[in-house]
Amino acid sequence: MHGYANPARFLKIARPATGWLLGIGLVLLLAGVIGGLVFTPPDYLQGETVRILYIHVPSAWLGMAGWASIAAASISQIVWRHPLAAVAGRALAPAGATFAALCLATGSIWGRPTWGTWWEWDGRLTSMLILFFLYLGYIALASAERERGGEGRMAAIFGLVGAINLPIIHYSVLWWRTLHQGQSISVAGGSTIAPEILWPLPLTMLGFTAVFAAVSLMLMRADLARTKLEARLRRSAAE
Amino acid sequence: MMVRPKHQRLVLVTLAVAAVLGAVLLAMWGLQDRAAYFVTPSDIAAGKAEPDTAMRLGGMVVEGSLVRERDGVSIRFDVSDGKAVTPVAYRGITPDLFREGSGVVAEGRLQPSGLFVADHILAKHDERYMPPQMANEVAAR
Repeated sequence: MHGYANPARFLKIARPATGWLLGIGLVLLLAGVIGGLVFTPPDYLQGETVRILYIHVPSAWLGMAGWASIAAASISQIVWRHPLAAVAGRALAPAGATFAALCLATGSIWGRPTWGTWWEWDGRLTSMLILFFLYLGYIALASAERERGGEGRMAAIFGLVGAINLPIIHYSVLWWRTLHQGQSISVAGGSTIAPEILWPLPLTMLGFTAVFAAVSLMLMRADLARTKLEARLRRSAAE
Repeated sequence: MMVRPKHQRLVLVTLAVAAVLGAVLLAMWGLQDRAAYFVTPSDIAAGKAEPDTAMRLGGMVVEGSLVRERDGVSIRFDVSDGKAVTPVAYRGITPDLFREGSGVVAEGRLQPSGLFVADHILAKHDERYMPPQMANEVAAR
């Protein structure tokens, strides 16, 4: 792990990985979206509306996985003082926030024709909205800390404590009565989505995940480049 | 024995996470009744729901209970959670997914007579998704 503490070593791998992940992600997304829009049958109850599933579910997954990654980076920042951890946290947050917002937007659009409402304050919807606000708070805090030349410890504590929201989002539909239905896919129980409708979902899930990873790597590289530039400017100003 | 700062921090972080997690579990357990999005017919039968206060009622629309009144926009139906049944009256347009045998959340007030008068109806669907012909096969079985 600490072999990659050296930014030069990290960049050597991150540079080619960005392109590969982006390419693979876009190909998978194209296949998944075409499959989901053209080849899958409509749902027996919802009709064609069900197709928003192929965007909504990956968005929810990445909104939550994004914060889980921030929490992991936060731990390695607090405990091991890993030099790239703060960079990773700052890079993950905008991507995660985007997917959390996409999840809320697609959910709202989906809710209108199925439930008959754009928004309801039930457990699942509210906890997901809080996750989005946590992202905004994290972005503001982390960038403020960076400008003051901090090492990212405050943002890391916020990232770790904010992870408490993740189990709440996940279990909200089990613990509380909610308007949002229970989970369709679980490790133990398999899937309650018929295979004919399900198959494009892993494609868009993997596709969005690869794009998410590529964007995060891009932002990390941009952050490192900015640090380098700032150091160089300081040096030339001192001369 | 010398404790390395790295390990000390690891122990501290683990303890902090465990403490916060415990606090959240307690809070959620305590919130269970209040965070519930709707009450069920069983709650009403047990006298847990106060009449004439705004609330949401959730359950399944009982098959064969849906009656449309003569004016065309008023409906009556029964909501069940498998243990108790509450009659509901509603006037207005229902969502597309509102149908007998499917989930529903009704916003409104419980009358002292036991009738739930709804002023807003939401459809609640379950976690199953399938093509129409498969649903017919399931229904035929």
